[in-house]
Amino acid sequence: MRPRRRQRIVLVGLLLAGVILAATLALLALRDNINLFFSPTQVAAGEAPQNTPFRLGGMVVAGSVQRAAEDLSIRFDLTDTAHTVTVAYTGILPDLFSEGQGIVTQGSLVKDGTFVASQVLAKHDENYMPPEVDEALQKAQAMGLQ
Amino acid sequence: MTPPQIDQPTGNRPRSIWARRFHQLGSPPFFYTLIEKLLPWVGALCALCFAAGLYGGLILAPTDYQQGESYRIIYIHVPAAWMSMFVYLILAISGGIGLIWRMKLAQAVARASAPIGAAYTFLALLTGSLWGKPMWGTWWIWDARLTSELVLLFLYLGYMALQSAIDDRRTAARAGAVLALVGVVNLPIIHFSVEWWSTLHQGPTVTKFDKPSIATSMLIPLLLMAIAFQLHYLVALFARVRAEILDSERRSAWVTKMVAPS
Amino acid sequence: MLEFLAMGGYALFVWPAYGATVLVLGLAVVLPLRRHRQLTRELELIAIQHDQSQII
Repeated sequence: MRPRRRQRIVLVGLLLAGVILAATLALLALRDNINLFFSPTQVAAGEAPQNTPFRLGGMVVAGSVQRAAEDLSIRFDLTDTAHTVTVAYTGILPDLFSEGQGIVTQGSLVKDGTFVASQVLAKHDENYMPPEVDEALQKAQAMGLQ
Repeated sequence: MTPPQIDQPTGNRPRSIWARRFHQLGSPPFFYTLIEKLLPWVGALCALCFAAGLYGGLILAPTDYQQGESYRIIYIHVPAAWMSMFVYLILAISGGIGLIWRMKLAQAVARASAPIGAAYTFLALLTGSLWGKPMWGTWWIWDARLTSELVLLFLYLGYMALQSAIDDRRTAARAGAVLALVGVVNLPIIHFSVEWWSTLHQGPTVTKFDKPSIATSMLIPLLLMAIAFQLHYLVALFARVRAEILDSERRSAWVTKMVAPS
Repeated sequence: MLEFLAMGGYALFVWPAYGATVLVLGLAVVLPLRRHRQLTRELELIAIQHDQSQII
């Protein structure tokens, strides 16, 4: 191999190493800012911002959904299995909203600890299957629990 | 009197058959004729895979238990997203080869790949948006996955802008290769974004070490579409490189001979 | 057939996604093919002109 080429290979290697190092350091420094939402545990620990809006993510607790009779208001509990936050929201919900569903909400905490949301987004999982398979899985799970 | 010995690049050292093949591949008339021969076959195979994949994805595959029929966007969204990253990898590798060995074919592949990769990235973002609105409830969110994929689009556009801003092709190829290599760091960020940070986008379904979490009847059309997209990249790349060579080599002897009236 | 086109109520999202894909993937192939054809014609024309000027 001629020395010019070897020199160019070394330069390309150094370029790549430098960029990877810089990106790693930048991402480590920004780690908390890149996360999209806070969990109920982080809210309980006081890590979430107090007076500014933020995003809260978790699972809708089964049986906690209360819908108002007259308008689109809704209240439900959001959990990460360790802690729970009650969310109040008025507006249109995404099609995937249901009990047990992963949810990301935007809003802020009010004095009584309720999270007043201005937006509710559904987070779906990475599983894809026909409804019959889902039914069979749930039946099998129910049998296993009995 | 004998003329002084000129040091030919292929001179004194004996070369292996593979080194000669590699060298031959670097000659424009050789790969021009190779592309001419391959293009119709790859094109036909690509059309076949698209037909099978679309039939399987839109008609044969069952409805999803959670997302209903809207999940069928997966058959274009996921292959487009995979290709957006794959083509960038090719762009960076061929750019690097062009930078180190000054190989014309590698430089042509890099230059031709950028707009195709940009097209896949655009499609991944667009179809993702059309999927996000009904399922998540929003067209767009600044989470790590979506943002890093948007950065990828800007990397492609930056590369293309650089190519059109520099008139000299060799200088443009070198400058572009450096940009492409710097941008490579974005690829692992895109892939692992859904694991490193909390995002609205879900985790990987197929590209993980476990068994894919998708029913086989849904997975087969997805893989067919992925192959179809790969072949589409080859077709688009071949078509672009062929036109590119003809343009840049228009004054060379072999082009003159080829277009000469018989 | 109508049921297929309705996509379970998601037609407004599914079909534009597929339409855009067909358009973009098609253009990515058709545009370079057309450029190649134009270039070939242009170069052939130049070659013919060159040929004739040599005869005269």
